[in-house]
Amino acid sequence: MPATIRAKFLPFGARRPTFIRSLRVEQRGFAQAANPGSIPAENDAPFTIPIAEESFRTYNFDPPPYSVETTKNQLKQLYRDMTTIRRMELAADQLYKERKIRGFCHLSTGQEAVAVGIEHAISKEDKLITAYRSHGFTYMRGGTIRSIIGELLGRRDGIAHGKGGSMHMYSKSFFGGNGIVGANVPLGAGIAFSQQYDETGNVTINLYGDGAANQGQVHESFNMAKLWNLPVMFGCENNKYGMGTSAERASAMTEYYKRGHYIPGLRVDGMDVLAVMAAVKHGRDFVKKGNGPLVYEYVTYRFAGHSMSDPGIAYRTREEMRKNRANDPLTYLKTRLVDWGIMTEDETKAIEKEVKRIIKDEVEHAQQMPAPEARLDVLFEDIYAPGSEPAQRRGRTVDETWY
Amino acid sequence: MASLRTHFRSFAQAPRRFYSGAPTPAAKLNLPVDYKTTPILHHTSSSLSNTEYPAGATSKRLNLYQAINSALRTALSKSDRTIVFGEDVGFGGVFRCTMDLQTEFGSDRVFNTPLTEQGIAGFAIGAAVEGMKPIAEIQFADYVFPAFDQIVNEAAKFRYREGGTGINAGGLVIRMPCGAVGHGALYHSQSPESLFAHIPGLRVVMPRSPAQAKGLLLSSIFEHNDPVVFMEPKILYRAAVEYVPNEYYTIPLSKAEVIKPGKDLTIISYGQPLYLCSSAISAIEKAMPGVNVELIDLRTIYPWDRQTVIDSVKKTGRAIVVHESMVNYGVGAEVASTIQESAFLRLEAPVKRVAGWSTHTGLSYEQFILPDVARIYDAIKQTLEY
Repeated sequence: MPATIRAKFLPFGARRPTFIRSLRVEQRGFAQAANPGSIPAENDAPFTIPIAEESFRTYNFDPPPYSVETTKNQLKQLYRDMTTIRRMELAADQLYKERKIRGFCHLSTGQEAVAVGIEHAISKEDKLITAYRSHGFTYMRGGTIRSIIGELLGRRDGIAHGKGGSMHMYSKSFFGGNGIVGANVPLGAGIAFSQQYDETGNVTINLYGDGAANQGQVHESFNMAKLWNLPVMFGCENNKYGMGTSAERASAMTEYYKRGHYIPGLRVDGMDVLAVMAAVKHGRDFVKKGNGPLVYEYVTYRFAGHSMSDPGIAYRTREEMRKNRANDPLTYLKTRLVDWGIMTEDETKAIEKEVKRIIKDEVEHAQQMPAPEARLDVLFEDIYAPGSEPAQRRGRTVDETWY
Repeated sequence: MASLRTHFRSFAQAPRRFYSGAPTPAAKLNLPVDYKTTPILHHTSSSLSNTEYPAGATSKRLNLYQAINSALRTALSKSDRTIVFGEDVGFGGVFRCTMDLQTEFGSDRVFNTPLTEQGIAGFAIGAAVEGMKPIAEIQFADYVFPAFDQIVNEAAKFRYREGGTGINAGGLVIRMPCGAVGHGALYHSQSPESLFAHIPGLRVVMPRSPAQAKGLLLSSIFEHNDPVVFMEPKILYRAAVEYVPNEYYTIPLSKAEVIKPGKDLTIISYGQPLYLCSSAISAIEKAMPGVNVELIDLRTIYPWDRQTVIDSVKKTGRAIVVHESMVNYGVGAEVASTIQESAFLRLEAPVKRVAGWSTHTGLSYEQFILPDVARIYDAIKQTLEY
């Protein structure tokens, strides 16, 4: 860090009320980061934030540095992004309960730090592919709130024209959610191969859940990725439950970061957005240097049920859920930001209020979107390359119209 | 028990054919296909000229695996986005379709994969959606089932579900040898085309000959921006030899071809059974002078060329569908149903299906299960005399 910037740093720490910290330690029980040494006054001046040692567990891999460089602007943006995803998911929940969203809908409340931390550590040229809990990633990769909610509502102007719904949303450099457990993982290997072939110098973030980790094709992909040294970061979002089955009951070995055997791995505290950001930055650098793939495990917790039809309480104790809710990634970040003087309580409230307003507005717009028209060309579009579609519709041939 | 034992003894004493392809001395119809004289193949380079092959092109006699090899070489030379991979393809593959390609184009573009069909398909789809032209080989069509999920749920639906990003799995070709050779038994004999033909978004292609294969394969890679399942009848790899143009050319997908015109009956088929159909047609036209049978090669099984088939049946009034894969819920059902929907009043007889029986291909039973010349001949006779 240049000395001129360092000189502007203000000493920090005196204002922090000590009781907040002890309370948090008791609530989190995972990792507790130290406070940053000094924080610059400027919003765009870089400084480093320490990461708790317990945030990482390594497997044949050097741990990331226990600190991450950031700016006040970025920290505020992290908070805004996480709040937006949380609020968007709650809006989807509400719309589902109003029976406006139908079918499948998998919410990522509790897991926001993973989507946000990853996006802040990669570039738009890096590729990302994930499974069906994809709303947060879609937003972070550039999908608008209204196009996401519109998609959930099945509207023509939804991000996938209302054809995909919750699980299938795409945007630039984002290869979607995927409804088949584990099926996106070999695709991610292929995408990474293409990057390697084209020498783009970018990486593919290839995400799946703890349930999918037991799918054969995940292991097939590990093997191909290591064999061909592909620039891919596998990432197991371990939210502890594959649908209604706990990881312990489904996996012979629940240390998902070691599942790559011959691939180095890292377990990350997925409830700490800064730890996720630091870990992904580090891993991305490692992969970009041509060191081959990595297997990351983001330890997180799904606050909601598996899908909307699952209240998520039959297989978890109230005590467990209470404990994990207390470890809310959003609150954890907010407490620290306030604690460190990055934002005041009032500023966080203002962000929340603004996000709520934006979401409300976007949801309203989404609800105004027209439903797809019941037309043959709409019904049969996007199945074959435009212009080369077969000439028949629903078992009829064009010649029938001749007589 | 005694009678059973006697039965076994007589069974053992009598010389019987098991899975040998050799004809019985009394056979008149079920003789081996003579690939050297069959009218299905271009035995002279001049016969290429009055077809959809490029005019004035130089050509060379190739068998099916050499023609596939020539198409792959052409594709690899034409675009550096083309990659070829699969189990053992670096060494040429079990049927030698990829011979010498790794030496010529390097191991970043032609490479072996682990035994990982689902992974191969998914990997290929991923590369395709990033704009490559991956040609994945599944070693035998019988092995494709672990990849079925990837092909059906990923490749076929990619364009449909991608929203406004424009990404799709076009350029992807999954090649696989299919069909029976007489002794492949349960897991080296299957023809699962109808399973793929059920899936919108896929194109399912099966060539009948070397020259057809090259044009259709190049068309699948370069001319159609849709994922293609390309099935190669493996019995033809060495058996079928014909003149194949040396240069780049394409044959349109989803376009059937009338390979022998006729007026009295239409046979619709694809792949290897076309040779059996051709033999049966020669025999019936000899036995029933004046009869003239039309033979259509579907070439693309889905989306298929209904127009050519319906136009033909409207002309002839009689139709038979012949395929090697099982009759139940097969291609024949779809074609027959479409014919009765579109040409019902023109039909003089029910549409017949001659296809594999709905059972597995046990080692010594293949010849009883698959359609043969006698069954096709019989179907023609019945349909004409209906």
